[in-house]
Amino acid sequence: MTLSVTGLSVAKSGTPILTDVSFSAPAGRITGLIGPNGAGKSTLLAALLGLLQTEGSVRFEGHDLPNLRRRDRAQLLAFVEQSAATEERLSVRDVVALGRIPFEAAWQSEPSPNDQAIIAQALADTGTTGFSARRFTTLSGGEQQRVHVARALAQQPRLLLLDEPTSHLDIRSQLQLLTLLRQKAEAGMSIFVALHDLNLAARFCDHLVVLANGRTTAEGAPTDVLTPELLRTVYGVAARLVPDSANGHPLIVLDEAIAEDHWQLTD
Amino acid sequence: MTITHRLSLPALTVLLVVSAIAAVTFGPADITPGEVWSVIAHHLGLFPESPVSRLRDAIVWELRLPRVLTALGVGAGLAVSGAVMQALTRNPLADPYLLGLSSGAALGAVLFLLLGFTLLMPLGAFLGSLGALALALLIAQLLGGATPSRAILAGISIAALASAATSFLIFWSATGDSYRDILSWLMGSLSGSIWSDAAMVYLALVVCLPIILVSSRALDAFAFGDTAAASLGIDVPRLRWTLLGATALLTGIMVAIGGAIGFVGLVVPHAVRLAVGSAHRKLLPHAMLAGAIFMLWTDTAARTLFDPRELPVGIITALIGAPVFLAVLLRYRRIT
Repeated sequence: MTLSVTGLSVAKSGTPILTDVSFSAPAGRITGLIGPNGAGKSTLLAALLGLLQTEGSVRFEGHDLPNLRRRDRAQLLAFVEQSAATEERLSVRDVVALGRIPFEAAWQSEPSPNDQAIIAQALADTGTTGFSARRFTTLSGGEQQRVHVARALAQQPRLLLLDEPTSHLDIRSQLQLLTLLRQKAEAGMSIFVALHDLNLAARFCDHLVVLANGRTTAEGAPTDVLTPELLRTVYGVAARLVPDSANGHPLIVLDEAIAEDHWQLTD
Repeated sequence: MTITHRLSLPALTVLLVVSAIAAVTFGPADITPGEVWSVIAHHLGLFPESPVSRLRDAIVWELRLPRVLTALGVGAGLAVSGAVMQALTRNPLADPYLLGLSSGAALGAVLFLLLGFTLLMPLGAFLGSLGALALALLIAQLLGGATPSRAILAGISIAALASAATSFLIFWSATGDSYRDILSWLMGSLSGSIWSDAAMVYLALVVCLPIILVSSRALDAFAFGDTAAASLGIDVPRLRWTLLGATALLTGIMVAIGGAIGFVGLVVPHAVRLAVGSAHRKLLPHAMLAGAIFMLWTDTAARTLFDPRELPVGIITALIGAPVFLAVLLRYRRIT
């Protein structure tokens, strides 16, 4: 188990956002974070990144993450936001090169040959080499997201965090991105990704963590976690789960939304 | 492309030196570039006997050279301050003048002068610009997040208040000629700059520029916002306050010496971005040199165009800057 979170709580101006969140994410696997809007998924990612005051323990490969120096943490962890825009005149290569910041000396004037090689690899991995000289702001949403992933890969993280990276992508780009994450996981990177689309989560994740009302309500393999009961209590929908005849992954067939007064949340 | 980028800094440096020598030769008394060199060499102890007459020596050494050097330093400081503020606040319209820092600095400077702390006047200017900056960010926050136009609106209200207070203080205390001198300084003027002014400007640059330049890469990390910067290992609050403090100090000193010269921090970084892009390791040194050259030529125009009368240089920078401000506003209309 590489990432293990125990009793994590976060409050914003007195209001609890996360309460006693505990889970583990296995090494070299894709762990999906799922849950309805407002469950606290983005807050959980921010807490793992060390951006918030937290209680509880977050350990990753023997490191106590909240007490790590920022730079050391940035050498272990990379983060891809849901959508991050800029108005700056930066080329795609410039953006990917940002990923080397945690490794650079402040007075360094150009990326070292080693950094150059890492940047080139990140561009190649994400299929963005072809437009590395183009200005970032001229790219489509899907291309921009791939560049963000390339920037995160240039950090050579042990743990890659992503916040709903597919939400602005067309289905082809969604599949490409998750396939890339699959390859990275197989190469040993641990991946923790918040996902909206439950079918994508079922298809690509090895492990799922369910967050509802700021608490972890279930954790485990997709086939064990995704049940009609969970979809009813956490999401308020009536749904059936059908095994995919091709590969056995569960497919979610949504039937209807359950009326407010028949839907009780788990806590 | 790499070759032009490698050569652009040396080329700007050469242009700066040539401009400085040329600017010293401009003015009511005709002075040749050779005489400028001779005077400089003489005062550096290279020629024991100056080949230039005492009067012409004084014009070069006492009047024009300190003013040229002051203009270069003020331009460099204002341009770099603007570039840093634009990056840190992710606001393409940020500029020491538009966010109200210059007016705050002017108020602080006038207040300290009237209270009799003549020697501490630059400190008053620094405190004024720091106060205005803190107030602008606070008001923008109260308006619900510091979007570019909110920050500018906050800056305008602070500038209006500080200017009114400054004008009242001057109205209440100054008489005759001093009134006109102060008004001219308020509009932005390097008239009467002497060696001690130049020294003050360069002292501020020597203190602030290393702090800013060593943060170039960290400023790049802000391209996608605070969260992205933090996830790249940047201590966002500490860096923000350190660098905003440095820009407030730079602005304060530049205003103490040259008054509220506007738009240099807006015009120069935007022009430089078009040429070399937004990466701060390139942008900041280029903005520094280009700002120095821009200020030098606008100031030279200010003191020679209507000779023997002198135009406050702030009028010229505003004539150039206001249209650029509108152009930037149009270009970034999606986010402002």
